[in-house]
Amino acid sequence: MSLTHDARVAVRPADVAQRPARTWPEINNPAAWIVAIILLIMPLIASGFFLIEIFATTLILGIMALSLMFLAGYGGMVSLMQLTIAGFSAYMVAVFGVSGNANISLGWPWWLAVPMALALATAFGTLGGALAVRTEGIYTIMITLAIGAAFYYFTNQNWAIFNGHTGINTVATPHFWGVNWRADIPFYYVVLAVAALCYFAVEYISRAPFGLALQGVRDNPRRMAALGFNVNAHRVAAYAFASFVAALAGVLQVWNYRQISPGSVSVGACIDVLIIAVVGGITRPIGPFIGALIFVLLRTFALDFLVRLGLDGNRFRLLIGLGFLAIVFWSSDGVIGLWQRWRQSQRPRTDRQNGGRGHG
Amino acid sequence: MSRFVERHPAWALISIIAIAIALWLVFAVWPPGLEEAIGRKRVFLNAVFNGITLGGLYFLVASGFTLIFGLMRNVNLAHGSLYLFGGYVGYAISTATGSWLLSFIVAFILTALVGVLLQLIVFRRMEGQDLRQTMVTIGLSIVFADLMLWACGGDFYQIQTPNWLIGPIELPLVTAIKSSGEPVYLRYPLVRLVIFAASVVIGVAMWLALNRTRAGMIIRAGVDDRDILAATGVRIQLVFVAVFAFGAGLAGIAGVVGGTFQSLSPGEDIRFLLASLVVVIVGGMGSIPGAALGALIIGLAEQLGSVYIPTYAIVVTFLIMVLVLAIRPQGLLARR
Repeated sequence: MSLTHDARVAVRPADVAQRPARTWPEINNPAAWIVAIILLIMPLIASGFFLIEIFATTLILGIMALSLMFLAGYGGMVSLMQLTIAGFSAYMVAVFGVSGNANISLGWPWWLAVPMALALATAFGTLGGALAVRTEGIYTIMITLAIGAAFYYFTNQNWAIFNGHTGINTVATPHFWGVNWRADIPFYYVVLAVAALCYFAVEYISRAPFGLALQGVRDNPRRMAALGFNVNAHRVAAYAFASFVAALAGVLQVWNYRQISPGSVSVGACIDVLIIAVVGGITRPIGPFIGALIFVLLRTFALDFLVRLGLDGNRFRLLIGLGFLAIVFWSSDGVIGLWQRWRQSQRPRTDRQNGGRGHG
Repeated sequence: MSRFVERHPAWALISIIAIAIALWLVFAVWPPGLEEAIGRKRVFLNAVFNGITLGGLYFLVASGFTLIFGLMRNVNLAHGSLYLFGGYVGYAISTATGSWLLSFIVAFILTALVGVLLQLIVFRRMEGQDLRQTMVTIGLSIVFADLMLWACGGDFYQIQTPNWLIGPIELPLVTAIKSSGEPVYLRYPLVRLVIFAASVVIGVAMWLALNRTRAGMIIRAGVDDRDILAATGVRIQLVFVAVFAFGAGLAGIAGVVGGTFQSLSPGEDIRFLLASLVVVIVGGMGSIPGAALGALIIGLAEQLGSVYIPTYAIVVTFLIMVLVLAIRPQGLLARR
């Protein structure tokens, strides 16, 4: 568990000493306010393309990666199936709701289909988690990767529910109160609201008794068991919560693209979520969103950028892979870790009051 | 074996009955009622043989994976990339020189070299940090996949089977009786049988090398406790490099085999990575006999599943993994 260990050990003492348990760290942080205001007035600044293709997509990917960050950062369990859970929930929205494939979709209204999808996806993720917690550390990676890959091949082969490799197209999006919630600006606010909700929920849980116990389980499961905590129950509960977060992201994703196909739950995509979380940093909930922004910007603009440099524009994944390797090599805590180290090197003598902002 | 019977008499009985039924299904001439119920015997036998030979291929990939894991605790998620790399090298060599056997040798050497480089440049720097190593192998597999896509394109390649192995041979297994009373024997591609025999030979040789030689003793000691082994004066880094090279080379050989059996294309790397993951999870991480058993089970399940329940073949494989995890999380043949 070295990835999470190194950075966490450094920030622990300041955190405990300073802060009363019940305040949100964002309240005293001007940067957080600035980011929040920019995000709120984003539709005034950005055009439709940027609003949806960059920022809404970033937030959706960020939510998925956030669920991984919660498991990996606080629970010490690196799960590669978070995208699979999101994809399952997206499929369920398409299957229970209204879509172009009338022979498959049941045609329920969205306010029935979405809770159903969330419940089923959470159950699916919890079951997968219950399986994964039977093993530890790197085994978890392998088992969750195997689950993700099995789901991908299953959706490819199953025509009765998942409609094979063509997937389900023209999924209906909600219209109510006279608003088309998939229009650019309303959809952006929906995504932003869900992202904020998930972000603060993760942050709250990380400081609630459950989250603290989970971090205890991560650091020393035997000792927590000796103290009377049910180690596996905490882990499965963490999977359940993370699955719910991932399922929310899946609903938003299927509304965003209006279709879902096996391509969006492929193994490569599962690994992308891990890359996003690790590049951003898995010790704090803001990390996945930073990672997602970097990933989406690279994915959107790498082609133009590479062509301008006179290289082959199709080498986007090479760039991503090399960037990921560099991050894993030089920073144990992603971009956040780099930033923190840079700040510390800037003012080595002050008491590092911002160094203790993590909750890990 | 006798201890197993003593401790689990019920399981032993069940497995003996299962083996007897399987043998009867393979050797007996099926009565007409059975043929009506589950289809013709030729289909069944073909599926069984395909499953066993596919299991041989899976064993070649997974044994390198499990060997590397057992000694270095390094989950090499770039193993699929090594497989595909070996396949492409084998294809290049066999089209350039026309020699099938030479392509095995070159693929082994080149992938082993890649393995040596990986161990020396990358993994040695982060020894003991399991999770970080795994992350690095994920990054490497992305980079390798894209480099190979760049170099070889997205086309399908198939390695030419040499002339002396083309065509089916007749096996002494009766599939049906003609109305004239003449038995019909099973015909099966020779190349698959030869490759399966070769993988059995490699497996047995590996087992002998691990259990009967000094180098094997060092490796087994390293699997059990590498710190103490290093303290006794063994140059553990050298052992690591050698094992990594050998495991990677096996993946390269498997790539050539896979390129002959099936085809090579982008995406195969992930398919075989997944296969070796499931195989070693079922068989037990770090155990060579476990890899053999797991490969056989998964290969058979995949082929029989694709014949009898085509839409859910992948689910069968997955269910086996779930079942093993639920009953014996450490894998069927792991000692832990």
